[in-house]
Amino acid sequence: MKIIVLVKEVPDTYGDRKLDLETGLAERSAGEVVLDEIGERSLEVALSFADKNANTEMVVLSMAPESATATLRRALAMGATSAVHVADGGLSGADLGLTAEVLAAAIQRTGFDLVIAGDLSTDGTGGVLAAMVAELLSVPHATSLSSIEIDSEIVTGIRVTEDGTMQLSAPLPAVVSITEALPDARLPNFKGIMAAKKKTFETFSLADLGVDPDASESARSIVIAVAEKPARGPGLKIIDEGDAGDKLADFLLQNRLV
Amino acid sequence: MASRILSRRDLDFMLFEWLKVDELSARPRFAEHSRDTFDAVLDLSAELATAAFAPHNALGDTNEPQFDGERAHVIPEVGEALRAFNNSGLLSGAMDEEVGGAQLPHVVDRACFAWFQAANNSTAGYAMLTAAATRVLLAFATERDVERYATPMIEGRFFGTMCLSEPDAGSSLADIAVRAELQPEGTYRLFGGKMWISGGDHEMSENIVHLVLARAVGAPRGIRGLSLYAVPKYLVEPDSSIGERNDVALAGLNHKMGNRGTTNTVLDFGGGRYRPGGQAGAIGTLIGEENRGLAYMFQMMNEARIGVGAGAAALGYTSFLHAVDYARTRSQGRPVDAKAPESSPVPIIRHADVRRMLLTSKAYVEGAMALVLYAARLLDESETGETAAERDRATILLEVITPIVKSWPSQWCLAANDLAIQVHGGYGYTRDYPLEQFYRDNRLNPIHEGTHGIQALDLLGRKVRINSGRGLTLLLDAIRSTAARAANSDEFAGPARTLTAAAARIEEITALLWADGDPKAALVSASSYLEALGDVVVGWLWLEQVIACGDRDDDFYRGKRLTANYYFTDILPRIHTALDLLEARDQTLVELDDSIL
Repeated sequence: MKIIVLVKEVPDTYGDRKLDLETGLAERSAGEVVLDEIGERSLEVALSFADKNANTEMVVLSMAPESATATLRRALAMGATSAVHVADGGLSGADLGLTAEVLAAAIQRTGFDLVIAGDLSTDGTGGVLAAMVAELLSVPHATSLSSIEIDSEIVTGIRVTEDGTMQLSAPLPAVVSITEALPDARLPNFKGIMAAKKKTFETFSLADLGVDPDASESARSIVIAVAEKPARGPGLKIIDEGDAGDKLADFLLQNRLV
Repeated sequence: MASRILSRRDLDFMLFEWLKVDELSARPRFAEHSRDTFDAVLDLSAELATAAFAPHNALGDTNEPQFDGERAHVIPEVGEALRAFNNSGLLSGAMDEEVGGAQLPHVVDRACFAWFQAANNSTAGYAMLTAAATRVLLAFATERDVERYATPMIEGRFFGTMCLSEPDAGSSLADIAVRAELQPEGTYRLFGGKMWISGGDHEMSENIVHLVLARAVGAPRGIRGLSLYAVPKYLVEPDSSIGERNDVALAGLNHKMGNRGTTNTVLDFGGGRYRPGGQAGAIGTLIGEENRGLAYMFQMMNEARIGVGAGAAALGYTSFLHAVDYARTRSQGRPVDAKAPESSPVPIIRHADVRRMLLTSKAYVEGAMALVLYAARLLDESETGETAAERDRATILLEVITPIVKSWPSQWCLAANDLAIQVHGGYGYTRDYPLEQFYRDNRLNPIHEGTHGIQALDLLGRKVRINSGRGLTLLLDAIRSTAARAANSDEFAGPARTLTAAAARIEEITALLWADGDPKAALVSASSYLEALGDVVVGWLWLEQVIACGDRDDDFYRGKRLTANYYFTDILPRIHTALDLLEARDQTLVELDDSIL
């Protein structure tokens, strides 16, 4: 079984996250960058399967700037078999469509039985990437799974919705995405850290994958304006002179808070 | 949010910008390593300490181990954290590859372990003792004992202890009375009591291997008659399975002021509670040769002393980070020149006296961490230095500064814990905040693994005199060399001169104290000597740090420079009080009639 796990380097949600007001891109130097937690959980799904199935190959795949090598090494230290890093200056500011196209091309090149992704990254929060990748690969997808069972022929899982639960299944090859209901990832250990240095680490450019970021036939979303988040205004203090309840109700109505 | 356990930024500065640890990768022992692996293992340590050690630090303090008359019970979180630690492979990180280690430089290993000491010193204590005991076994035990004891310790299945003290022999190891009787099959049976044994009993590992200092029947009195024995809680069968319970009984637990998560035990060896082979007597095997036990144990003790200094530095560091965070967010009072009551209170970090406490603490904790990491770097140098002369120099230098590495952080990072309580005001005095626990935990460090006074005697009585004073000469030369590098700096020429003058004064006073060779007169104020030389050594390492800053000028580097200056102007001058006392050769404490006390 060959499992591709999609991982992503993101600004640490516990640190400062800033947008460059000129380019509209995330400022990676504004704070720490980490492997997205949902990507780590995706890897944990693959690792747990590999714990019980010796002939499992796990490839972590990321489209990220060249500086993201350390986060991919972390995934290798956690137990992934090899890493594929798509890095190309032409990908700066890539939208979901281009990202899906690039990842699908890399997956095609690598080969796969199953692709596991997180349902939503903490920076872009697009939530549709897994489905887009599946569409480009022409394979079925089962997204937002809160539990997952992988078999040699089929992947099954449960998606929780507001109204109930859905039992999903897809024959392999397939793409799935998982939610934060699945377990935390294991930490790397020392042996994993040392072994990661010797694992296969491939880097692809857009040219390697045959993807043209400026292809005019594909619709591309672009950022047309970006602005500083408005400063938080002063609070309103309501002093009770017998009419505080009315004032409070007026405030809520005026601000459409009820 | 930045961690309040330790500062990764500062550790990175010390390891890579100052101590140039990445250059060690060029040496054959560390060839598999690079900055990538150092970063990854530091990340792992921070993550594991934050996720598995810090969360139960207070819980372990408020739920100290319980004795049910037979065994000690520890809260389950301690065992879970240690299992995670053992699974990480960090316990054997610095050990040889052939025994399952990763040959990590000691200096990186020390920085990694500091995360655990800062996050939860009590839980980290079990791992520290096990690692130290494993190293002694690897160095001196038979192949058989390495296989049956050290290997499972590296795998995290067995834990280890060091059993030196007895009820009537703590600092005075010469009076150790536990007796070892040679058996016909070549093993020994031990009889007697041991006291203050950390990690001496618990249910968190399959076995506990005690390294016990004892006296073989007929051995000479004093320290020259001490041998070292490996005595397991459970005997290990030839097929490596766990066998019969050995005659090592838990007689009780000591109820401590701090470090409550670490069991501290009274152990009864050979009292007959258990009867392995049908008779009383704790079965053990001799490590190395008879009557050389103390020398073997001192391998562990020296490591433990650096570990104690590191623990003290870590506990001081975490309390400093808590204090800075609190002072930034706690608003109270107004500036002395703008006290209008209608104005808003300001964060207390704006008040000069709070800044004094924070800057003093910063000088202490960053100075102490620098000292500990420098010592660990010397240990690497002593083992892997490129020439025999370099290895020899590092070995002697490390010998000389070890008492300072143990004592200076234990004294002054405890002072930082005290200052952090003060910054928190009344809240710092409550159990709702962790500061009082940090203080209580750190209060152990001037006491154990050789008290402050013992370290002072070791430094002035032995270390500065070994090899006809070569150790002190090497140390003072190193200090002068650093001062010379700073002599042309606009900002640090003054501190460099101060340091040079202090080194000269230390040299003169050391010679003066030993001029007539009378140890009683020379050592009367040994603690003052330890403290003064400690301040000078840390001043030296502050100067080393600012040299490493170069001309970089962001907040971090400006913080280093300002704190170094503060150290030289506000802290280092206190050495002259101690040096004046030593120079006067005051003998009040020798001549004292103790009936007046």
